[in-house]
Amino acid sequence: MKHEHNDLCAQLQAQLPDYLDGEARAEICRAIEAHLADCDDCRIVVDTLKKTITLYRAAPRDAVPREVHARLVRVLNLDKFTSSR
Amino acid sequence: MSPVTNGRDSKILQNDDRELVHAAQRGDPRAFAQLVEKYEARVYNLARKMMRDPQDAEDVLQETFLSVFRHLNDFHGDSSFSTWLYRIATNAALMKLRARKPPPLSLDEPFESDGDEMMPREIVDWGITPEEALLNSEVRAQMDAAVAALPEALRAVFVLRDIEGLSVQETADVLGISVPNVKTRLHRARLMLRESLSVYFKGRRTSDEGRRTKDENRSSVIRHRSEVSQ
Repeated sequence: MKHEHNDLCAQLQAQLPDYLDGEARAEICRAIEAHLADCDDCRIVVDTLKKTITLYRAAPRDAVPREVHARLVRVLNLDKFTSSR
Repeated sequence: MSPVTNGRDSKILQNDDRELVHAAQRGDPRAFAQLVEKYEARVYNLARKMMRDPQDAEDVLQETFLSVFRHLNDFHGDSSFSTWLYRIATNAALMKLRARKPPPLSLDEPFESDGDEMMPREIVDWGITPEEALLNSEVRAQMDAAVAALPEALRAVFVLRDIEGLSVQETADVLGISVPNVKTRLHRARLMLRESLSVYFKGRRTSDEGRRTKDENRSSVIRHRSEVSQ
């Protein structure tokens, strides 16, 4: 599906970064939310954009594999000073 | 709909770094070992997201802490220790990436883009919550692949801000670029990732629906056969 954007959608795009980070002024937030109530395409875009951010922020960090940790400690000559895993 | 909040708080990590750093600067290996153990997961995670190859990520991890060790006395506390560390780690990752190919663009050049590139193309509901998605290893692999496909200048900003949870100001300090520049790149990275994940989730839904239709057809055939045989 191709997003057939009009002026309002383009304005929304410009305000989105601040809106997503909670930095948009209250009246801008209200205007965006009023537009989202009327525009299915923009609502889906904003919803999936929020999901994108949430997914990456909530994903657990990669653990350092035991052998990677061991090699790091060895390279730094810290074998005697770190906890063994 | 409310704005997205960031769950990770890098400020917590700054507690008692100062004392550890001072002790390490005086040559206490135990203090340096504590700093390594405190931050290695953050550096490794950043390196894994920046580099496609796990061996390159391990090299970046080692180079970062070797460089921290060598330059510890150059750290005067002008920024937090974590910001300084992230700067060293990000530079190590970017240098390694650039050693492989000519630089596509300088980190502080404005990112050229025509307006159309910024317009969303895939407009499809994902049909999955982030909680469900994170439990699925295929989705996690897809998320990593999407980050790996970002241009480096966008990837560094996205990894620091949205994966490592630094503030916009901290991200700007680490990369030595302006706050507006961070915001522009971050938004562009998020749009590209949204696009990439939307394509993936659309494909997933289509194949799920295809499988369901096939199952339904099969069960209706079975039903039909059993009706005929009765």
